[in-house]
Amino acid sequence: MKANALGRSDPRWLRALLISVTVLFLGVFLFLPLLTVFLEALRKGVAAYFASFTDPDARSAVLLTLLTAGIAVPCNLVFGLLASWAIAKFEFKGKSLLITLIDLPFAVSPVIAGLVYVLMFGAQGWFGPWLEGHRIHIIFAVPGIVLATMFVTFPFVARELIPLMQEQDTDEEYAAISLGASGWQTFRRVTLPNVKWALLYGVVLCNARAMGEFGAVSVVSGHIRGLTNTMPLHVEILYNEYNFAAAFAVASLLALLALATLIAKTVLESRLQTGLRAAEDVAQEAVHEY
Amino acid sequence: MSIEACNISKTFGSFRALRGVNLKVNDGQLVALLGPSGSGKTTLLRIIAGLEETDPDTSGAILFHGENVTGSRAGQRRVGFVFQHYALFRNMTVFDNIAFGLRVRPRRLRPKESEIRTKVEELLHLIHLRELAPRFPSQLSGGQRQRVALARALAIEPRVLLLDEPFGALDAKVRHGLRRWLRRLHDEIHITSLLVTHDQEEALEVADRVVVMRDGRIEQEGTPEEVYHHPNSEFVMDFMGNVNLFHGRIESGKAVFGSLVLDHAEAGVPDGHGARLFVRPFELDISRQPNGLPSIKARVTRVQSAGAQVRIELSSESGQTMHVEMPHSRFRERTVAPQEDVYVTLLDSRIFLENQG
Repeated sequence: MKANALGRSDPRWLRALLISVTVLFLGVFLFLPLLTVFLEALRKGVAAYFASFTDPDARSAVLLTLLTAGIAVPCNLVFGLLASWAIAKFEFKGKSLLITLIDLPFAVSPVIAGLVYVLMFGAQGWFGPWLEGHRIHIIFAVPGIVLATMFVTFPFVARELIPLMQEQDTDEEYAAISLGASGWQTFRRVTLPNVKWALLYGVVLCNARAMGEFGAVSVVSGHIRGLTNTMPLHVEILYNEYNFAAAFAVASLLALLALATLIAKTVLESRLQTGLRAAEDVAQEAVHEY
Repeated sequence: MSIEACNISKTFGSFRALRGVNLKVNDGQLVALLGPSGSGKTTLLRIIAGLEETDPDTSGAILFHGENVTGSRAGQRRVGFVFQHYALFRNMTVFDNIAFGLRVRPRRLRPKESEIRTKVEELLHLIHLRELAPRFPSQLSGGQRQRVALARALAIEPRVLLLDEPFGALDAKVRHGLRRWLRRLHDEIHITSLLVTHDQEEALEVADRVVVMRDGRIEQEGTPEEVYHHPNSEFVMDFMGNVNLFHGRIESGKAVFGSLVLDHAEAGVPDGHGARLFVRPFELDISRQPNGLPSIKARVTRVQSAGAQVRIELSSESGQTMHVEMPHSRFRERTVAPQEDVYVTLLDSRIFLENQG
């Protein structure tokens, strides 16, 4: 409301200027690059575009990315639910420290995240000799990629859920328990439905990051073609080899993923807003009537 | 189904919420737990419900109809619990909310869906909200939500009904209506009920017995009449409604409050012992001339006649503010105006010695 009133009182030229600067900026820095990706990918024709995906290395990169996201996202979903449940519904010492730690992956550079795993599980790392002795390969192998991805993406679900779960206090759960519901029934019928949109939203963001992660994965992957290359890593390799059409073809898949994520995000955000507003309404009304 | 709480203590960190409370609610009674916030009333209710545990190193026990339920979980105790902020399941319709307690039962105990439907319809009828069955809680008013919450609690055919400030979140008008409705409902279904409130008017109006709590202990319990008319301490007297308080002392067997000299029956109190006089606003009267009764000279500062009673504010010669309430009929005989000097006489009063409760 305020913004509208402000907008009307401002001169017309200022409004036009602000809008055109924004549009121009978005066009140059976001839309144009995105368009370039698709144009470059299709430069040699549709046939060449699809041919890029028949390359075994490209295919293996796509599969590895799907596998990584397929493991990392469910793990972080469970972890995010548990962490936010613990933080929102219980009081314990060190709670604020835990909330801060959950944000750690956002704060550190992904390269550091990758290096940490190399230091821990690499040949010269803490567990290196033991792992070597048992012929378990983590670094320069798929497990390392999954671990690094999980590290980088684990805040997404928890961060979406914590504020919502804190907003919705524990009364509904207590009500369910007093009505005879078991812990699992309470979770499945009361807690989960109340947070489902936030949960999906977190999962979508988590998935996008898991598939797109470059830095952390790059450090632990070893770039072995057909074995430890994820899609972003594969794009880089193809690009460095001046194989632009193929590089952009794979990149276009990631771009499509980004678009799909954006659409899903928009839809979920509106659902989430309604949910949050309902929660706030109840809370506020309670306060007012009190 | 009676409720008994024996020697219940509860400590949160360093805060002692309950200090060895003993409470008995007889079968079919509606008892109000009354007290200011922090007096432990809600904690006691939650312990009875099984939503909170007693301190582990105490011998506290909860008995339902003589059966010890201390060790059983909330879901096994079969209590109906009504929360201050309704706690309705926001993702379910009114119908599904009420049916919840029946649907989560283990399969062998779960009624058939058709039986559940009949039961829910019955309860909807009871709370007069039949047409709202397909609505979601967010589409209901506060009063409607609390009625749904009550129906949901009754659906599991609870052995006892526990209500935690059930009307606390409602506006005054809805609160009054719902209070009376709850009392009528209780008279119909006679379920043993314990109601927590900080509103003395509510407790006095709906309850068969009132239990006044203070600092984790029971201060007094009795019928609403007993608690209101025979408070056993200053705290209860003060908590039960507006009072005028006068400070004075005992002198040769009499209680002296400035110009007021009253008989004090309690023998053996040394002279000079501090005493306090508690008088409810309606236990004071006003006259233009001294009429022989013990009285205080005062000046009228404010007359408020909009309301069921006329409220008169006065200031005594020593500067103390006094409140007097009287029916309009009596006020018409005594019409006084601000700035007028009058005599305030006592119709009734209670004297408490200092350091006594």
